[in-house]
Amino acid sequence: MSVQETDSILPAGSYYFSGNEAATEGAIAAGCRYYGGYPITPSTEIMERIAVRFREVGGVFIQMEDEIGSICSVIGAVCAGAKAMTATSGPGFSLMQEAIGYAAFTETPLVIVDVQRAGPSTGQATRVGSGDLMQAKWGSHGDYQIISFSPWSVQEMYDQTIEAFNLAEQYRVPVFLMAEEAVGHLRERMDVKPSVKIANRIKKKGAPPFGTPEDDGVPPMPSFGEGEKLLVTGSTHNELGIRKTDDGKVHEKLVVRINNKILKHRENIIQTEAYYLDDANVVVVAYGFTARSALFAAKRLRKEGKKVGLLRLKTIWPFAGHVIKEVGEKAEKIFVPEMNRGQIAGEILKYAECKVVSYCQTDGEIIHPHKIMELVRSLL
Amino acid sequence: MARDLEAYLRTGVKSTPFCPGCGHGILMNAILRAIDELHLPMEKMLFVSGIGCAAWIPSPNFNADTLHTLHGRAIAFATGAKMFNPELKVVVISGDGDLTSIGGNHLIHAARRDMDMTVICANNMIYGMTGGQAASTTPLGAYTATSVEGNIYRPFDLCKLVQAAGASYVARYSVTQAVSLKEAIKKALNTKGFTFIEALSPCPTQFGRRNRYDAPADMLKTLMESCIPVEEARRIGLEASKDKIVTGEFTHG
Repeated sequence: MSVQETDSILPAGSYYFSGNEAATEGAIAAGCRYYGGYPITPSTEIMERIAVRFREVGGVFIQMEDEIGSICSVIGAVCAGAKAMTATSGPGFSLMQEAIGYAAFTETPLVIVDVQRAGPSTGQATRVGSGDLMQAKWGSHGDYQIISFSPWSVQEMYDQTIEAFNLAEQYRVPVFLMAEEAVGHLRERMDVKPSVKIANRIKKKGAPPFGTPEDDGVPPMPSFGEGEKLLVTGSTHNELGIRKTDDGKVHEKLVVRINNKILKHRENIIQTEAYYLDDANVVVVAYGFTARSALFAAKRLRKEGKKVGLLRLKTIWPFAGHVIKEVGEKAEKIFVPEMNRGQIAGEILKYAECKVVSYCQTDGEIIHPHKIMELVRSLL
Repeated sequence: MARDLEAYLRTGVKSTPFCPGCGHGILMNAILRAIDELHLPMEKMLFVSGIGCAAWIPSPNFNADTLHTLHGRAIAFATGAKMFNPELKVVVISGDGDLTSIGGNHLIHAARRDMDMTVICANNMIYGMTGGQAASTTPLGAYTATSVEGNIYRPFDLCKLVQAAGASYVARYSVTQAVSLKEAIKKALNTKGFTFIEALSPCPTQFGRRNRYDAPADMLKTLMESCIPVEEARRIGLEASKDKIVTGEFTHG
């Protein structure tokens, strides 16, 4: 990966943006110049703003015929040299899954913003949920890894979109911003710095584009039109891209590497934020919009003298198992409020040695701070 | 494949991955001859294909950038690559099941947008790679693994479909009309906008054996005899030509 300090495009200063607008600006700052999309609530504002802003910054925007077309056109553009993105919500994210597996297997860096709404199926299109987290991890068939963020503010919709592009380029992997409707439509102040650090894919003429000597390496990535006579295929391929559909060793080697290149570097990828953990008896583990309520609750309970802490997961995948393990060694209880039926609580159970209490809310509403305070009090 | 076209083939690949009697080799030849005669630089060409036998025509055989994609999605991938880098000469080569059944939506929308690319559809009227199931192009009454009493549905007329969607150049030829096919591919490659070639290519392995063709040569012969030029079809009228395959150019510059 080569890191470059570039102009943030948007003049430095404070802005009053919605989360969806912020994600758009983050993408532009990160160097995204291709967007293929399809309208879907509650993510549509991202595409609408891209349609306007790409005219100003010189990007290529196309509204495709469906979400499958959107993600496939994104992959095509990335192979042609672009940094590219699409945004969607549950039903569209479902349609994209086959191509996400293709991107993971062909090591095509791209970013998807999933502004989650209340599922399953069409569900409640305008209301909030956080039910796509396991789908982000396991949605396509076969074994692969992705990286996903969980933004809690408009500022993070901007910052994490930039980070998503950087990690996508660094690891040649699809990266998802698992936003929620509440943060996509939230309006609040956010700051833009004069410059941003952006990562660019490595190019090395003649080097194998689909293999490394190490079992966790990231190969250089040439683009179409550079004279490399690239062979890109979603079939099992060797380091040169040649199809090897009946060689078990080639398959094993490739699958192991695309998993290891993320898992073995997880400590560089995973981001968490700790509040009042040192002496906490009950630790709330939360992410996304719910973490805002959880922080409010933790602060209030601390004022009451209650030993409550908060661990915020800024990234969801790869999972912060090692952090959870440490928290579970010191705390008596871990409390996990979620806008789904306990998707991450189940993951926490794999690592925590203490008691884990899950609170699931799937009524299309955010989880209120007072609800968290009430439930945490009952655990103390 | 004739030796004078060897430069267009990737070093080390087998001469042809296709079954004996398959028409895809002739189509492959016609495509490369068209490129050769037009002196198109291979380093600026991108060949995109989906899943199926015809998707293996360019990948890995052609000595250029190739993108072997998901089933049905070749045109969508090609759209992204072409939109981002308009310098690329983008050619999609895939089968009838891939481009017109699972991928039918992308086909009509790329034609509607008049997306600057050439799509070559190798139509063998059946799903070859998966073992001979009925396709959206299988003739009425034809036997396949999934239409054991004969296909009860009408096939798409692919040229009419793409023409109606707004393509800039549309032609159909059989691999038995190799020179006309090559010339049509040249015209398609030379025409700006969405250009479409339907290349009828026999599949003796899956279609032939279920439909009473004793040998690949019989299939080729029947195909040759079934084709009538579009001008003749217009002269003799719709009724007289209804059992024929009409070949020629349907939309051109």
